[in-house]
Amino acid sequence: MVDGSGLPGDAGTLVEALAQRGVSRRRFLQFCTSMTAALALPRSYTPRIVAALSAQVKPTLVWLEFQDCAGNTESFLRSPNPDVAELVIEILSVPYQETIMAAAGKQAEANLDDVVTRLKGQYVCVVEGSIPMAEGGIFCTIGGRTALDIATRVTRDAALVVAVGDCAWDGGFVSLGPTNGVGIGQAVSGLSPINLGGCPHNSVNLAATLVHYLTFGTAPALDQFGRPLFAYGHLIHDQCERRAHFDAGRFVEQWNDQGAQSGWCLYKMGCKGPQTNYNCSIARWNDATNWPIGAGHGCIGCAGPSFWSRMSPFYSRLPDVQMIGVDTTAQTIGLVAIGGVAALTAVHGAGVIARMQRNKRKRAAVTPDGHVVPEVAAAPDAGAGTAGDAGAGTAGDAGVGGTN
Amino acid sequence: MARVVVDPVTRIEGHLRIEAQVDNGAVTDAWSSGTMFRGMELIVQGRDPREAWIWTQRICGVCTTVHAIASVQAVEDALAISPPPNARLMRNLISGAQFIQDHVIHFYHLHALDWVDVTGCLTADPQKTADLAQKISPWPLSSRAYFTEVQARVKALVDSGQLSIFTNGYWGNPAYKLPPEADLMAVAHYIEALSWQRDVIRMHAILGGKNPHPQTFLVGGMAAPLDPNSPNVVNPLRMDQMAALVRTMRTFVEQVYVPDVKAIASFYPEWFTYGAGHRNYLAYGGLPNGALNDTSLYTFPRGIILNGDLSTVHPVDQTKITEAIAHSYYTYPGGDQATLNPFDGVTAPKYSGPTPPYDALDTANKYSWLKSPRYDGQVMEVGPLARMLVAYGSGVQKVQDLVNSTLAELNAQPAALFSTLGRVAARALETVYLLDWMDTWLAELGKNMNSGDLRTADTSKWEPSTWPAEAQGWGPHEAPRGALGHWVKIKNQKIENYQAVVPSTWNAGPRDENGQTGPYEASLVGTPVAVLDQPLEILRTIHSFDPCLACAVHVVDATGAEKVRVEVR
Repeated sequence: MVDGSGLPGDAGTLVEALAQRGVSRRRFLQFCTSMTAALALPRSYTPRIVAALSAQVKPTLVWLEFQDCAGNTESFLRSPNPDVAELVIEILSVPYQETIMAAAGKQAEANLDDVVTRLKGQYVCVVEGSIPMAEGGIFCTIGGRTALDIATRVTRDAALVVAVGDCAWDGGFVSLGPTNGVGIGQAVSGLSPINLGGCPHNSVNLAATLVHYLTFGTAPALDQFGRPLFAYGHLIHDQCERRAHFDAGRFVEQWNDQGAQSGWCLYKMGCKGPQTNYNCSIARWNDATNWPIGAGHGCIGCAGPSFWSRMSPFYSRLPDVQMIGVDTTAQTIGLVAIGGVAALTAVHGAGVIARMQRNKRKRAAVTPDGHVVPEVAAAPDAGAGTAGDAGAGTAGDAGVGGTN
Repeated sequence: MARVVVDPVTRIEGHLRIEAQVDNGAVTDAWSSGTMFRGMELIVQGRDPREAWIWTQRICGVCTTVHAIASVQAVEDALAISPPPNARLMRNLISGAQFIQDHVIHFYHLHALDWVDVTGCLTADPQKTADLAQKISPWPLSSRAYFTEVQARVKALVDSGQLSIFTNGYWGNPAYKLPPEADLMAVAHYIEALSWQRDVIRMHAILGGKNPHPQTFLVGGMAAPLDPNSPNVVNPLRMDQMAALVRTMRTFVEQVYVPDVKAIASFYPEWFTYGAGHRNYLAYGGLPNGALNDTSLYTFPRGIILNGDLSTVHPVDQTKITEAIAHSYYTYPGGDQATLNPFDGVTAPKYSGPTPPYDALDTANKYSWLKSPRYDGQVMEVGPLARMLVAYGSGVQKVQDLVNSTLAELNAQPAALFSTLGRVAARALETVYLLDWMDTWLAELGKNMNSGDLRTADTSKWEPSTWPAEAQGWGPHEAPRGALGHWVKIKNQKIENYQAVVPSTWNAGPRDENGQTGPYEASLVGTPVAVLDQPLEILRTIHSFDPCLACAVHVVDATGAEKVRVEVR
């Protein structure tokens, strides 16, 4: 026990801690093992994760909601393993989460004040929803204070800030409205949050991110948008169960046609999988029950930067673009995005795989011990995933991880 | 005399502030304020109406699916598209799953802690708890050993000094009346419900790919295909999974949720007398069992109950719906006293509240981001209570039986329903009512699949070139929190105007131009407050409505005039 914060550095006796917290040892180990796998770590890391998560003082997490729909909170409530009861009772201490916390009004605010003052620099802050910057922030107040006021005060002294969902990342759809809603990384200068894009984010990625941080004391390897590579390092299109149909030229041509019933490729119905980096097809949703393409609807690209403005119209087929090269042996190719519109990638045809790349591409590299890391050390201005990063004219998703 | 402020009101969706005047231990006046604005509706203007549902579903992640369904129905109404029966069945299954899951989450995770003192668990006798649980329900998780384990878990939490989400609740407040054993039973079920809700909502993943924000709706039907011989789509395997999920829903609702509601309510009989408000109730009705416009086949009938008179159900005419802004942060061309129907509505945000940080709202003037919807000038409450009362008054036998038997058990008259606990009871009864419908819809879908009717979408008007130059439509729907309507105007294949009037706007809106209080405000008058700095009782009544503020503040400019420049990057 170093400082009683429960953050990395603390150590505890595993068995005692587990028993004391009432967590079934078997279930807890299951969770740690699954997290090891999610993070693509060797199995030998499992004991280290177990030790980190069984520190006697629970890590404190506060969850702020601003211009949000609580969709990310709901996603968190669907966390399959560990289930949310274990998360909020045994694994973490979550004294501030407006949607589920017992306290209200000034007692709720007191919880937040207590964390910020007593655990300075020792808590995790999750942010959901955008922060309105227009007109002095009057488009969102809580307890009479503006979202910007609260966000600045709480994130400034957090050990780690995680933006869940697109609104907290880059303003989401709210950024297109009159309130000048922006992501937390844009609202608070100097902040470099981990961005878990998606509408909403998938709770398994939040769990894995937190576990990585609590185990190693660092964020997992991130791309230039501040997104963990383990979740955002590959194109959906490359890992789609319907990919073989794309390669074979078998497409849904019309809703409810024979191709739709046979589970063929949705590219012609507007699927944005060829342009979106996410582990949606791998992690899936709701205890791995399904994912949107599995339910017969195309991907809308929700995990990508500024997706609302780049991916709509959602039912338009991604436009063909100049192919810089085609590798007929079905290997990844690099494309240069043509600015201005959501240009894109994939041209159908047997054996053709296309991949979107950003203009200034940053590749990931694999270290000698098997870790995937960004090739270019994340510069502060690149890690924050700001509007600048995702700015107009950038057509593609993060072009990371081009190693397959 | 004291001014009590609750901000943030937690265990709701969104940002709500309540100010109440408390005199001699009871609320004498109250003000409800939505404190966040986004402007979604302005953003969908000029877009393809076929994708409006993808955008508007993001109005709310708690009421996920409801805006998607209202949206596709509005566009289908405008373009005269009739989705095939399988699409209707899938939408109803998604809606029903949403109601059932959401109502249980509301009771345990958003509302129960107003009635249940978590720290009460510590002094409970596990054997007596087991006796209590076994007396009210056949639910198998009711042994002494089980409750001993739950109690140990709560004790470990309290002993750790890190109470997590339970930190700083109003524990020990004299308004908590449950015996410790009931506290322990309820906390055990709170934890069980956390796992249950995660499990049963997989219905949305099967039909819609994921939850929150399922991604399967289409203007004209559903993208989810149906084929008994395909491995990738809704097939016999998926039908079996859904049937199992409905069984899991039924077991928990019948054996845990409903018995708990009755048990907890029995310790708070006075709360069947507090919290009524205006006693006007509105339901658009929804979850059709025939054509979309055949209201006679709706699962929930359409109608209005006035002044608590259940003998007459009045018809609904959407042209009588208006919104006022006298106390809302907006302007109208006709001034603050004007009211407008949604089709002619204007949304021009103009904040005039106090400069943050602030301690008090200027409640004499404008004080909310919500508008004040009215029907024929009258205040209306919407939600499960409104739906059950309209169904009761309309003669829906199953609802009458459920209501009458519950009233008999409680030895109460129908007037007891007009109350804080009446809303809680109506929500539970509605959940039971929907279980049979879930079985029916699933069976019908399976029958169609096996008989070769595999149509899930009408694509005859998918191409915008087939549309008229101009069209407009209304998409009424019932969301878990009440009557929801989307209005759309389409011109030259694009959305010209879009508007939604949603449940929590009806319920949580501020005073109107005539000074009539909104439902929240009216319902709080007379509510006792035992401890001024622990306004537990105010939360009880507000939570009984199941507030959803992200939904409530959304507003659209339906005139076509560009009030706010929207830059699309």
